[in-house]
Amino acid sequence: MKDLLNGWGPTAAVFLPLVGVAVMLAIPKSEETLHKVVALATSLAVFVVGVGMLAEFDYDKTAEMQFFVNKTWIEMINSRYIVGIDGISLPLIALTVFVVPLVIIYSWNHFPEPHNPKAFLILILVLETGMVGTFVAQDLLLFFVFFELVLLPMYFMIGVYGGEDRKYASLKFFLYTAFGSALMIVAILATYFLSPKVNVGGEMMHTFSMIELSKWGGAGLAKGTAVLIFGGFFMGFGIKVPMFPFHTWLPDAHTQAPTQGSVILAAVLLKLGTYGFVRIAIPILPVAAVEWAPVIGALAVIGIIYGALGCLAQTDMKRLIAFSSVAHMGYVMLGIATLTPFGTNAAIFGMVAHGLITGMLFFLAGTVKDRYHTLEIKRLGGLLLQAPRMGWLLAFSCMASLGLPGLAGFWGEFPAILSAYEPAEGLSVPLFRFFMVVAAIGTVFAAGYLLWLLQRVAFGTPTEEFEGKHIHDMHLTDYLAWSPMVALIVILGVYPNLLFKITDGAVVHSLSQIAGG
Amino acid sequence: MLTHAWIIPAIPALSFVIILAFGKKLPRGGSEVGIAAVAICFVLALAVGAGWIDRVNHPPEASHGEVATATAEGDSHGTEATAAEGEADGHGTEATAAEGEADSHGTEATAAEGEGEGHSAEGEGEHHVTEPVVRHITWFQNQGIDIKVGTLIDGLSAILLVVVTLISLLVHVFSTDYVAGDRRYTHYFAFLSLFTASMLFFVVAENTLQMIVGWELVGLCSFGLIGHWWEEKPNSDAALKAFLTNRVGDVGLLCGVIILYFAAGRTFDTITINTMANSGEIRHFLLLVASLSLMTAVMSKSGQFILHTWLPDAMAGPTPVSALIHAATMVVAGVFMIARLYGVFFNGLSIGTANINALAVVGSITLLFGGLLAFVQSDIKKVLAYSTVSQLGYMVMALGVGAWTAAIFHLFTHAIFKACLFLGSGSLAHHIHSFDMKKDMGGMKKVMPWTYRTFIAGTAALVAFPLTAGFWSKDEILAGAMQLGGGGDGYPLMLIMGTLGAAVTGAYMTRAIWYVFEGEPRGKSAEHELHENGPRIVVPLMILAVGALVAGFVNLPEALAPESIALRFEHFVEPTAAYFPEISHPEFSLPLAIISTLIGFLGIGLAYAWYWKGVGFHGITERNRYARAGYKVLENKYGLDILYTDIIAGTTKGPIARAAYWFNQNVIDGLVNLVADTARTTGAWVYRYIDQGVVDTVVKGSGGVAEGSGEVLRKAQTGKVQAYGAYLFLGAAVLAAIFVVIAS
Repeated sequence: MKDLLNGWGPTAAVFLPLVGVAVMLAIPKSEETLHKVVALATSLAVFVVGVGMLAEFDYDKTAEMQFFVNKTWIEMINSRYIVGIDGISLPLIALTVFVVPLVIIYSWNHFPEPHNPKAFLILILVLETGMVGTFVAQDLLLFFVFFELVLLPMYFMIGVYGGEDRKYASLKFFLYTAFGSALMIVAILATYFLSPKVNVGGEMMHTFSMIELSKWGGAGLAKGTAVLIFGGFFMGFGIKVPMFPFHTWLPDAHTQAPTQGSVILAAVLLKLGTYGFVRIAIPILPVAAVEWAPVIGALAVIGIIYGALGCLAQTDMKRLIAFSSVAHMGYVMLGIATLTPFGTNAAIFGMVAHGLITGMLFFLAGTVKDRYHTLEIKRLGGLLLQAPRMGWLLAFSCMASLGLPGLAGFWGEFPAILSAYEPAEGLSVPLFRFFMVVAAIGTVFAAGYLLWLLQRVAFGTPTEEFEGKHIHDMHLTDYLAWSPMVALIVILGVYPNLLFKITDGAVVHSLSQIAGG
Repeated sequence: MLTHAWIIPAIPALSFVIILAFGKKLPRGGSEVGIAAVAICFVLALAVGAGWIDRVNHPPEASHGEVATATAEGDSHGTEATAAEGEADGHGTEATAAEGEADSHGTEATAAEGEGEGHSAEGEGEHHVTEPVVRHITWFQNQGIDIKVGTLIDGLSAILLVVVTLISLLVHVFSTDYVAGDRRYTHYFAFLSLFTASMLFFVVAENTLQMIVGWELVGLCSFGLIGHWWEEKPNSDAALKAFLTNRVGDVGLLCGVIILYFAAGRTFDTITINTMANSGEIRHFLLLVASLSLMTAVMSKSGQFILHTWLPDAMAGPTPVSALIHAATMVVAGVFMIARLYGVFFNGLSIGTANINALAVVGSITLLFGGLLAFVQSDIKKVLAYSTVSQLGYMVMALGVGAWTAAIFHLFTHAIFKACLFLGSGSLAHHIHSFDMKKDMGGMKKVMPWTYRTFIAGTAALVAFPLTAGFWSKDEILAGAMQLGGGGDGYPLMLIMGTLGAAVTGAYMTRAIWYVFEGEPRGKSAEHELHENGPRIVVPLMILAVGALVAGFVNLPEALAPESIALRFEHFVEPTAAYFPEISHPEFSLPLAIISTLIGFLGIGLAYAWYWKGVGFHGITERNRYARAGYKVLENKYGLDILYTDIIAGTTKGPIARAAYWFNQNVIDGLVNLVADTARTTGAWVYRYIDQGVVDTVVKGSGGVAEGSGEVLRKAQTGKVQAYGAYLFLGAAVLAAIFVVIAS
């Protein structure tokens, strides 16, 4: 078991979904149940691989790449098939393989128009390949391929299965992210050519290996050059996060995407960006990171307040949740910008917590839409009376989202704020303390928009329009899909060490080139 | 029991889960589980109290040696818990740790007893140190730092454990009658359990991070219970207001805790923080900033002026909740936090040497202005709510002037008599469903004799009638304001405010009694056939009333009592170890006691004359412009509600948020769209004039170049994004090449 996982674990997690896709392609479109079963079985198989890796992972050596594979891929340019998992990627991989089956379960009877389970599920599985691939890849080019692979299924998911404005939203999503990617590939190529050559089988060649490049850490590179390259990465990852002011694709994409798309987008896709910062940009270019950190920190805290204000102005429940992502990812980015292990640990915790909590909120929004056929806050009300379970879950998720201690959200938020008090050496302490205070004030706003949402949607009595109408409370699929998420939100909230223990060693290692912290 | 205190919050937490899961299926809707849980907690809390008293009387041998360890090592304070730590740390499940540890505890206790003899021989007069009992496990690890969660038991947490569990138990019993038949009976008891668990978790907190968690969780329960009847908008509004106001204060809490974390060398541990603050290892400036930040949190949680506005609104919740959460326990969390981190506040605000400081000022303003507001309320619960604000002001002022024990003593007595009053008001309103004492009450003393008697007992304690509980505690606060502080001058301003407050308290309570119990029934109380409530309501009232009368005897001044029973509260509750600052204690002062009592009586007398005898300028608010203006100011609650709800929250939610969103849609997104449009137009232009116009005419028939950038964009529009992507990366590759050439 262990040997098999060691050699094949990450690879299996990445490509099993494609196997499922291949099977599904062979099945005629009309066999809907079969498609669902195959898709679910595939995602569960990936989940089992993920659990296997979680079980076999050596938690005493989180800083090391485990399940490591290094094979020839594109020999000419020395781009290799390098995959591996350490303490930074493990939680995100776990999150991905955990969320995808739940999304498929939720979909069971909820396929969005134009209702084509075959195509829809294939898109989800291809997405899974891209997402897991991004988290395991340790070669820049390989990473980039997976990073881009994610775009297409999501583009189709929004463009085909989305709401009224889906064309605009999907195109915006695609072009915006592709624009960032274009600058990122520039940065990748620049890194490739400017880093020293390594010995590959007796021949000196440039390398795309993230491990090698992190060891190099931009040594000998002119500061200006490093800063420019970091800028390329910043655009690629920052748009994906999304950071203010590159966030405007997000509300549109979220609002128009089908529920499943929104959940995956919030739970995993946004994390590709933050993960990129932690995994690639900062370890490879630590000097430039110090130069960029104040900018990132400033944009992060602007995002926190600005996203919250955006939320307060919303009249649509789903769009409000979408905007809240801008604010929440602000905390994550603030943690990263401190360049301290404490902040980065908090950021990774924040990524997972946000994935679960916001995923949960999108699930709920989708169900509200399904039952009421509207998400306009004005028309809703009294959800707790008509569908008490959904109402209480909404209350729970809102509380989790506003960072209530005892639930997962708090451990992403508070330590990130804390870390800003004493950022890494070389960063302006007064500036970051100012960020700290702004971020702390942001928690008030978060409580404001979430509770206000809760009050208008769940409390009170139903509006005239829906008074006396039967609103179906949760279905079986809802129970199955949501209870694991709720459980995890509580478990991580009560005993945060489950996650911090995994990330800590790896994060300390990855920031070892940055002084202080 | 001292090392196993973690069980106490765990029991109601478990009960919360059980009630949530099975409550509706149980014969009494889950209330039986809640009551059983809290009853067990109460017994355990008493055991902790007894254990602590025993520990103070017979300090274990180890403690002396370890004072040095505690200060020297800084963050690993050795106590008897060191034995426990070793075992507790490794265990994921606390239960195992506890069992494995049981033996060592037993041996420790015997050791303590054997040692005890020698100490009591030394006599009480000598200042000997009782180390707290600390027990913790790793909560999480970050940047290689172990962050703990655990229990810290000393006199302060022990007394709070007893108070919280006692009031909670009585409120549980009271509620089984009071909210019987409620639409969310089970939820109600689930939340009560969760609240009790959170509050207990908070009071035994070993570190500041844990305090944040407990602090926020009690806030959540408060939110849930204020909004218990959320169908009506005013209730959910009140709940939101409470939560948001507390969040504003929490900004200070977060900042304060963070500052102390770094100041004390990256630890949340309260003992280390306090010890370092006392020994001067933390810069005074940091302590000052931290204590001011934390004070914001206290102001919101403990209803201090100007963040108190949520507390009266919180009365929208069921009355037993008001008694438990918004009078006796949760709102004293702020007071408790100051007391717990007193090393920080004492040194940060120079309490021992100053004659005025922020804490004392806020407390004294609150006690007076809050009391004045109680005077214009017609809702009995609001009178009591403002009275709570005012009494919390006394506690904060006491801490501000350095009278630590007086503050905690007042917290203790207030919890009892205010719970008595609140539950009494619930008993009054149980049948008429109205709290309006002007419209719907009157003459209640005839129909509800027990409620009347207990209410009078509670009132007597509140107005500090001699020998009642409130008398002793309030007097000690005033004595503190008179005698403590730098240069022996005391805190004169606080002394004056505190004494004036006594008159105001007397007056508003007399007014309330007149409206509620005297005269003839009005409104709803005249329409209903009223009778005294059943035992589940009356018995808790009686217990609390007795407490209100006698609880003060636990801290009799030395001047009035033999040494063996004097100042017991101070002796057992006030910490003696290095984490507590060297404070001085006020002496009982007979003249002060007489004067303040007389002033209190003056307030009572004036109100009595006004209401009973009709003496005074009745109708002055109609006749006199200034009197009317003053009344208006009070009626509008100093305009703070308008400022917060309409001006601050209103503009943020309305114009500011809308402006930000407009900016988002039109400026930022507008820019994005503009870029896209420009690219498209340029592409179209290039295609039309250059590609088709120039290139095409030059190279006729060469279809290979037909795909200009405009075409690309058009294709992208129709969905053929791959082509677009290809061009994008072609461009990127060219850029990269140029870049590399330039850079290298």
